[in-house]
Amino acid sequence: MLGPHPETWLKVTPAGLWCEPANLYIDPLRAVPRAVITHGHADHARPGHDQVLATAETLAIMRQRLGAAAFGAQQALAPGKPLQLGDVMIRLVPAGHVLGSAQVVLEWRGARVVISGDYKRQPDPTCAGFEPVPCDVFVTEATFALPVFRHPPPEAEIAKLLKSLTLFPERTHVIGCYALGKTQRLLALLRAAGYEKPVHLHGALMPLTALYETLGVALGPVAPALVADRAALRGAIVLAPPSAIADRWARRLADPVVALASGWMGVRQRAKSRGVELPLVISDHADWEALNRTIDEVAAPEVWVTHGREDALVHALAQRGIRGRALYLVGRGEEEENETAADGVAGAASGGGEDPCP
Amino acid sequence: MSITAFAGLLERLVFTPARQSKLALLADWFASQADPDRGIGLAALTGTLDFLAAKPSLIRDLVAARTDPVLWALSYDYVGDLAETVALIWPERSGPHLPPPSLQEIVAQLEETPKAGLPELIGAWLDALDPSGRLALIKLITGGLRVGVSGRLARVALAAWSGQPVEAIEEVWHGVAPPYTALFDWLEGRTPRPDPALAPIFRPLMLAHPLEPVDFGNLDPAAWRAEWKWDGIRVQLTAGPGGRRIWSRSGEDISVTFPEIIEAMDFHGVLDGELLIIRDGAVAPFAELQQRLNRKRVSAAMLAGYPAGVRLYDLLFDGAEDCRPLTFDARRARLEGFLARAQPARMDLSAAVAFSGLDELARLREGARAAAIEGLMLKRADSPYVAGRVKGLWWKWKRAPQTIDVVLLYAQRGHGKRSSFYSDYTFGLWRPNGEGGEELVPVGKAYSGYTDAELAWLDRWIRGNTVARFGPVREVEKALVLEVAFDAAQRSNRHKSGVALRFPRIARLRPDKPAAEADRLETLLRWIT
Ligand SMILES: [Zn+2]
Ligand SMILES: [Zn+2]
Repeated sequence: MLGPHPETWLKVTPAGLWCEPANLYIDPLRAVPRAVITHGHADHARPGHDQVLATAETLAIMRQRLGAAAFGAQQALAPGKPLQLGDVMIRLVPAGHVLGSAQVVLEWRGARVVISGDYKRQPDPTCAGFEPVPCDVFVTEATFALPVFRHPPPEAEIAKLLKSLTLFPERTHVIGCYALGKTQRLLALLRAAGYEKPVHLHGALMPLTALYETLGVALGPVAPALVADRAALRGAIVLAPPSAIADRWARRLADPVVALASGWMGVRQRAKSRGVELPLVISDHADWEALNRTIDEVAAPEVWVTHGREDALVHALAQRGIRGRALYLVGRGEEEENETAADGVAGAASGGGEDPCP
Repeated sequence: MSITAFAGLLERLVFTPARQSKLALLADWFASQADPDRGIGLAALTGTLDFLAAKPSLIRDLVAARTDPVLWALSYDYVGDLAETVALIWPERSGPHLPPPSLQEIVAQLEETPKAGLPELIGAWLDALDPSGRLALIKLITGGLRVGVSGRLARVALAAWSGQPVEAIEEVWHGVAPPYTALFDWLEGRTPRPDPALAPIFRPLMLAHPLEPVDFGNLDPAAWRAEWKWDGIRVQLTAGPGGRRIWSRSGEDISVTFPEIIEAMDFHGVLDGELLIIRDGAVAPFAELQQRLNRKRVSAAMLAGYPAGVRLYDLLFDGAEDCRPLTFDARRARLEGFLARAQPARMDLSAAVAFSGLDELARLREGARAAAIEGLMLKRADSPYVAGRVKGLWWKWKRAPQTIDVVLLYAQRGHGKRSSFYSDYTFGLWRPNGEGGEELVPVGKAYSGYTDAELAWLDRWIRGNTVARFGPVREVEKALVLEVAFDAAQRSNRHKSGVALRFPRIARLRPDKPAAEADRLETLLRWIT
């Protein structure tokens, strides 16, 4: 690495990760003069910044979730296009997490840092795939950083769901999934599996699904899930926020099969504690294998670990001679609560905040 | 078919609370799988697959050889279950793997392989499977499936799937063995029903209906016989040249749990009776019998401290002769003669209760206060012994429940449909706190008895009056009085209050009653018999 070590110019502050020479915060936790936002999830995209830099899709998602008045100036940056901020060069590169999600690449005086944001390596038809960028320091998420997290191919999980529909044709299959990303990915996976019927959506999932369509992601026919009409939802697939599936809302459905699409569902106790009858291990985050493969691909001698359980990953990196450092950013791991609040869904208290990330 | 399909079934069963849904999942298994795998799977689910190939330590050693100890420890700590952690963390060897094995291959190869070869064999299978298949394999070979499928449920599923009456399946079930090919051949109409011959098999029990006041008024006293209703567990004793068995009410083989009874079954016949703890002719409360239930191994201390006996009330077979078509009176006479001849140890006759009219019967029932008596059984003198619950032949007439006013202390969320409601209630009674004041001591838990509307009301009240949370449990303001009904109160040293209630349930909500006016523990203690 040439030039000063990134530790000297990329710092953890109470407002979040701060690039000093550009006076730029990455996914800041509180209102700042200038922010770059990796993606639209609530624990990354918060309101109140004077200037916001993000992909056009992320900006559109933020406008819809938080309102256009929640920010000052907005600047869209196309993936791959470099932008000079003082003598810092910044680039956004697809992260494969949700529509618009991007890694932030920062270069200053010969050193390059990549901040991954949230990412996954499984293909996702609703967003551009993750591109590894070689760097000196890789700042990675670690939501599923334990070797027991191994996300199966999502197609196999969708096959389980479709098989369940043939076994229980009278029961409504209600799937808990987050409003941004997971909902639309499930729709796309269902379409790819040949499911052509309308999929019913809880009201909280409608606006972002419509926005995806506007932004050019075709998801097939959807219809509102009106629980008052139990009969119409017999044998149907209903998507709803995770907080709603344990709530009275879901109990008004016809003898529902309660499913939840989440990386946490790979562990039985997690699924049991959520009262789930059909756990679907579908995640928008990298699993253990993908985290380690990605770190090897970007070939960074140093990795900063954030957003999850860092102990196992730092240990595994040390065994390969990579310097790992746990980065403590407050305010992460509240995605579920914030999402529900942002979407105005009642009953957010149920289920607790045990799932840090969608 | 491979274990992968079985793993899919297990996974669904583990997460499926509803009985109807479990039946549908099992029916799909019977319909979609080929012999012998479907029968091996059935045996594995119902606990009749008789092999224990590997100890958990073998699995632990296998995984230790392939994983980093720090990563293993962090993972095990997070997941909490050994088999599941291994299934999830197992790092497959690179290179080509075997195809996933079938259940048949697993059973056969485990039998053939010498002990020293097991680690390599199991390791190769783990390499061949995905996490869910690995979990199924580990649970299968270490004997820890536990997916909530009883033998009875499996037989009901076989009946629902095949269209044969469940009683017909019960009759042959214990005469057929895994992989149950003869059973499936019959159920799919290829062969006649297998002949149980001399094998000791379970015969479905005759069951009683609860007696309603309207039926009581119509009874002709001369046509009915009365016995005490004992508070033990219903058993069927089958003994003869083919072997000896004790069956539970649902047809589970519980012989190993009561070896002293098996030893005493020195006769040829099939008897119906109540299993009880009996000391010097006196029946102990149900709580003592509970100490003996569900044990695979029984210590000498258990046998001495909790001696089991059977109080007999019917005879189904006398030798090889089927007495079920005879009338109750005729069978009763045969039973008395049978016992006089055979004189089996640890068994006696459930006495007939004489009565002259309905009034006297009602008085007898109300007077029944012994803890071991739940009420009366009324049996029609001319009734044959028929399987199941046929109305108008046998009545059970429990004594009126006792009730007590308690204070709600804690509430917990229920399961399945009720998982979003606080539906399990811990309640208490007042007692002196030793400092001149009063305190509430927990005396029991109730999960039933309320209507949907009452449940919703309770749920709202609990959410609005929570004072502390412990995981899924809420502690509430000590302000709500509930009227709880129960069948009996028994002394118990496992409870802080020293008393255990039999079958407590919510009878009424009493929001009108101040908590200070709820009952006191000493009131309940007076009811202990
Ligand atoms: Zn995210
Ligand atoms: Zn996140």
